[in-house]
Amino acid sequence: MKWLGLTPFALYVLVFLAVPTVLAIATGFVDTDGTFTLENVAHLGDPVVLGSFWNSIWVSGLTAIIGGVLGALLCVALTGSKPGGVLRRVIDAASSVLAQFGGVMLAFAFIATIGIQGLVTVLLRDALDIDLYADGVWLYQLPGLILPYLYFQVPLMVIVFLPAMEGLRREWAEAAATLGGSSFTYWRRIAAPILAPSFLGSLLLLFANAFSSYATAAALISQGAQIVPLQIRGALIAETGASRANTAGALALGMIIVMVVVMAAYSLLQRRAARWQR
Amino acid sequence: MKRRPLVAASAAALVAVFGLTACSGGDSAGTAANGVDAATATSADDFGSFDELVAAAQAEGELNVIALPETWANYGAIIQGFEDKYGITVNSASPDVSSAEEIQAADNLKGQDTAPDVFDLGTAVALESTDYFAPYQVQTWDDIPAENKEESGLWVNNYTGVMSIGYDSDKFEAPTSLDDLLGSEYAGSVALNGNPTEAGAAFAGVGMATVQQGGSLDDFQTGVDFFQELNDAGNFLTVDPTPATIAQGETPVVIDWSFNNIGQQAETPSWENAVLPGTAYVSYYNEAINADAPHPAAARLWMEWIFSDEVQNLYLEAGAFPVRLAAMDEAGTVDADALEAAGGLPEEQVTATTEETEAANELLATEWPKVIS
Repeated sequence: MKWLGLTPFALYVLVFLAVPTVLAIATGFVDTDGTFTLENVAHLGDPVVLGSFWNSIWVSGLTAIIGGVLGALLCVALTGSKPGGVLRRVIDAASSVLAQFGGVMLAFAFIATIGIQGLVTVLLRDALDIDLYADGVWLYQLPGLILPYLYFQVPLMVIVFLPAMEGLRREWAEAAATLGGSSFTYWRRIAAPILAPSFLGSLLLLFANAFSSYATAAALISQGAQIVPLQIRGALIAETGASRANTAGALALGMIIVMVVVMAAYSLLQRRAARWQR
Repeated sequence: MKRRPLVAASAAALVAVFGLTACSGGDSAGTAANGVDAATATSADDFGSFDELVAAAQAEGELNVIALPETWANYGAIIQGFEDKYGITVNSASPDVSSAEEIQAADNLKGQDTAPDVFDLGTAVALESTDYFAPYQVQTWDDIPAENKEESGLWVNNYTGVMSIGYDSDKFEAPTSLDDLLGSEYAGSVALNGNPTEAGAAFAGVGMATVQQGGSLDDFQTGVDFFQELNDAGNFLTVDPTPATIAQGETPVVIDWSFNNIGQQAETPSWENAVLPGTAYVSYYNEAINADAPHPAAARLWMEWIFSDEVQNLYLEAGAFPVRLAAMDEAGTVDADALEAAGGLPEEQVTATTEETEAANELLATEWPKVIS
């Protein structure tokens, strides 16, 4: 009986998450006539596809690490401010909004500011004679994803990491100081070990966030499908007869495997981090 | 969306479940007042006359179209014209989807009121989706060359563009060859409309580069090499050009269908359309009726509408070359001003055959990603 309250939510998850996921993956194991085949899964070994997985992983990893470090530094700076103060509230609110600022609007914001005819680009070119795109237009290629992705990674880091920072008790710092420890000792021997699981867990969450981002990349990159979500786009909408829709299911399976590994690691780290948050 | 009356809907459901044939005199869905089953009609004569077809379509009152952007080949005016002339509401869904997604929509919406009635498809998708089509021969059937139609009318070529270079004349001189685009003044400026492994227009762009650079269509490598050179020169712009990026100046040179580049002029007055001298690359789009069309009579009337003089001229007005152009030219029904504005059909035109398209797709799947990396 005590499970009754969970039923609506469980049903919701089943209908809108579990069933579509299973159906999507199932399409990866059949051909267009619906007969069982492993051909689509074999497609995952294609060098182009493997390359896109590698690109997805390094772009997500890089933006997770940079976003994580910048976000964590911001959190450290914030702990100096009053918990209920204006600054804290403004940063909190801004982070919540910006963490969700993605997709086509984010892409167009970048096109309008640092596109070839963008405000900043033209200003730099005319005023300082700096050409952002001397070596080609990187904004619309793989490296161009890094900056836009950081725009939502840093705020997300603030949202997930700030509670962990707030869990550091003032008494611990005082105790360390009383026993003659410098502030460096406190950070190295006490704060860092306590924060490490939360920090790594947050990094994994950021990784997953970037790994599954599609709309921002789709709006910026038209040529080549350098990351996995764009490969899936290609498989689904190709009108030149070049690819088969069913390989999209196999690609989704590949993405889910990566995500499952990341999420399993995340939950392990969360369990360790929870020890200090009681 | 207007709902069908419950009675008719239940009748249709009964037919679907028990395979009952609709009895004459009933006005269940798909049956015209005079007892004609619109879903199996293969010409206007099957309705008795063209007027009977119009009456049957008007009784349905609605038509669902898909993947027709208003700025593409004059579709805004073509849809408006159909509504004004016949008093039938046109529901235009998902204007920006690809041909492949049109067929997916027919699959996903099968049996529903919102399923597409008619398709406008690229050739690759049309050829592999013939199971979805209903055969129909329009009144102007004899005007359409045999190579431009499936013999029973499952699909019929409707219009083609010529691959052209749209450019901002405030910034650039008119390009006279592809090699012009490799010059340093074009740094970071040349975009292709879509990804050739996904989009028909971009595929045609690589085809155009192939023939323009002296290659032949049985090997698209020549075209891929050109884009490789373009990318190495730092001139290839890999963002997806849209009317918005053109208006903003972000994509000052776009390789695309002539009708898109001509259509852009309404929004961007300095936009010019350059068709390169020499061999031109064309590729017809195809009109087809969904075999499971929720409005079978309206779908057939739309087919008649598309191949009427009026709409064929509307295509021409937008810079697309309609399939009946030669016949209309002979009959003197062609809009002469529009033909002149569209630049006339080039002397020498080529398009990839099915085999060439397949070979090109295989090549692009492996070689195109290398161009960008």
